[in-house]
This record gives sequence, C-alpha cells and structure tokens, in this order.
Amino acid sequence: MADPMKIRATLQGDVADVRVLMAHPMETGQRKDAAGKLVPLHFIQTITAQLNGKTVFTADVSQAVSRNPVFAFKVKGAKVGDKLSITWQDNTGDKRTDELVIRAGS
Amino acid sequence: MKRALVLGTLAVACAAVAQTPDPTAAEFDKFREIMEQDNPAELFEVKGEELWKTPRGPKNASLEKCDLGLGPGVVKGAYAQTPRYFADVDRVMDAEARIVHCMITLQGFTQAELAKAPFSSLVRTPEPVSIVTYVAAQSRGMKFASPQNHVKERAAYETGKAIFHYRAGAFDFSCASCHGVDDKRIRTQPLPNFTKPEQAIRAVQGWPGYRMTGGVMHSLQWRLNDCYRQQRFPEPGYASETLSALLTYVTVNANGHVYRGPGIKR
Repeated sequence: MADPMKIRATLQGDVADVRVLMAHPMETGQRKDAAGKLVPLHFIQTITAQLNGKTVFTADVSQAVSRNPVFAFKVKGAKVGDKLSITWQDNTGDKRTDELVIRAGS
Repeated sequence: MKRALVLGTLAVACAAVAQTPDPTAAEFDKFREIMEQDNPAELFEVKGEELWKTPRGPKNASLEKCDLGLGPGVVKGAYAQTPRYFADVDRVMDAEARIVHCMITLQGFTQAELAKAPFSSLVRTPEPVSIVTYVAAQSRGMKFASPQNHVKERAAYETGKAIFHYRAGAFDFSCASCHGVDDKRIRTQPLPNFTKPEQAIRAVQGWPGYRMTGGVMHSLQWRLNDCYRQQRFPEPGYASETLSALLTYVTVNANGHVYRGPGIKR
C-alpha cells in the first residue's frame, strides 16, 4: 500500500496555503533497472483536493514530475476546523487519501 | 479554480562559478533553506514512526520499549544525545546501531539480514533508515550532547580520533586528508574541518538526509560507508563499533550546536 502523505495548511485570513508532500516513485518509463530492463511507467495521474467534501482543486499530472513530489496551492474560503482531504491516483490504479483538519496558525 | 502552483522537488543545477568561497557558500545556504521548507525526508519520518510503533518481526513486537539512552521508549531528544554508552551491551552505540540492536533483541531480526542491504536505493529504503529519520526528527531544535562521562565513551572518542587520522589504502588517505584542515574543497564544495567544533557540526547536521540526486533517504551509516569507499578502504561493518567510534569523535566535537533535524542534500 502507498505510504502516507504529509500535508500542511497555513491559514492567512480565509486563504489556506496548502503544501503536500507525496511519497511516490514517479517512474518515467524511460529508466532501466540493474538488469537493463525498462522500469514500467508508474506515476501519479490525478490529484483531487476536497474541502469538507467539496472538490476545490484537481490536477492532471504527468510523468515529468519528480519522485516524492511537493504540490502547493491556495484554497480560498477555508476556515479553522475545515476538513481538507487530498487524494492521488496513479496509472496503476493505486490511490491514497490523507486528511487534515485546518487549525489556527497551523 | 484556485491558483495552482506546482513544484516538483527540483534538482536545481547550480551553475555557480566560484569567485571567492563565501558567496558560493551563501548561495548553497540559500538553496538549502528553500529546499528544507518541503523536505521529502518528512515522508520517511512518517514512515519511520509507523515502523517504530507497529508490532513486527519474528517476535511481533514494536520498538516502543527500545531504550535509546533516555529510558525505554523515550524518543524525544534521544538522537542528539547519541552516540553514548549502553550498559546492556557494554559498548558505545550511535542511534542507528542502537535501533538495529533493538530490532534484533526486541523484534527478533538478525544482524545478518539487516546488514545484507542496509542502504537505500531507488526501489527500497531499509527500515532502519526510516526509523532513524523518525528518531532524529524528535531531536529537532535540540543541542547535540553526546556524553563523555563513561570511560568507554571517552575511549570511543579516542578510537574515533585515531581512525579519523589513520592513513591507509591505495591513495594513502585518511578522513583528515579532506576534513582535517581548513579551506579545502572538492570542485565547488567546501570541505569542513571536523577537528574544529564550529565546523564539526557539518558532519552531523542535515543527516539523516534526503538526497535529491536519485531521490533517496540516507543515514550517517551510509555516509560514513561512502567516505570509506572514497578513500578506497575496505567496507566498514554496518552498525559496527568502528563507525560508532568515528561518529562519537565528530559528534562530540559538534556538541553544543543545535540540530535542525533530518535534512536535504543536493
């Protein structure tokens, strides 16, 4: 199973500055392993962020993004106590969801 | 749609042309500071915490009874106070050696299986590496205080010092060849002098570290192993007394400096 993400949200007024670290190999499909065989394509394809169950951000991601990537975005209209949930899904169908309750000054 | 800013963990090619050493160092520091804000090392910290708390191994036990020197299960501040003497094994151990010891005694793993492939690769991060990252993170912001009270702690320091200055191998090298004098550098990389307290901190600061080259998490055990390799020395034993002694020498030299937690390396 996929490893947990690390989510940070800093509230400034009603704008939450969200930064997410994701654990993922992000294989480009171009790299060869020690035996000289191509390592199959394995990358995060979609990212969805929901604030209290409502989708506020989606992204389509390509294999050009690095291993263990960082994504940062801002969410307007967030307040203390809101539940932020982030999901990624990769090209193999593997997915991972992590949640964060937005705290004051967190 | 909200404004989206997508940052990869970029490996920035530093085309820094060194005029004088100082501006280059300042640029490197700035670069590190930016990278530290979103350090993938935190992913290994989370993973390590899970491994610490989950019952695993042949004995199906967690590591929560592991004594890192401050009592069974005490993780807070323990990393900054290693290497130290442990009475139960009657020797000085560094943090990773101690974690390996706990994995053997509490969880029933064997030294042989843990030492078989102890270093991170693109496809695998060994469990002790994630665990030591978690443990190290619990000393973030604390001062290094590797003790020198027990006679064996002082002996480990002296042994470490001797190893540090021991010249051998095909290149007639010692650790001190690169790290025993001021103002040495390899390409644009300035080399700290670990015999001086204010520079010795750079031996232990930022480790365990996430290396952007390859995107893997490495611990000090790996770093020292690589020093041996660069010196064309025989490979040191994983989690061995030799490496604990060497780590005692550099950590004690760095005592009193604040540890910033697991770092990020170019």
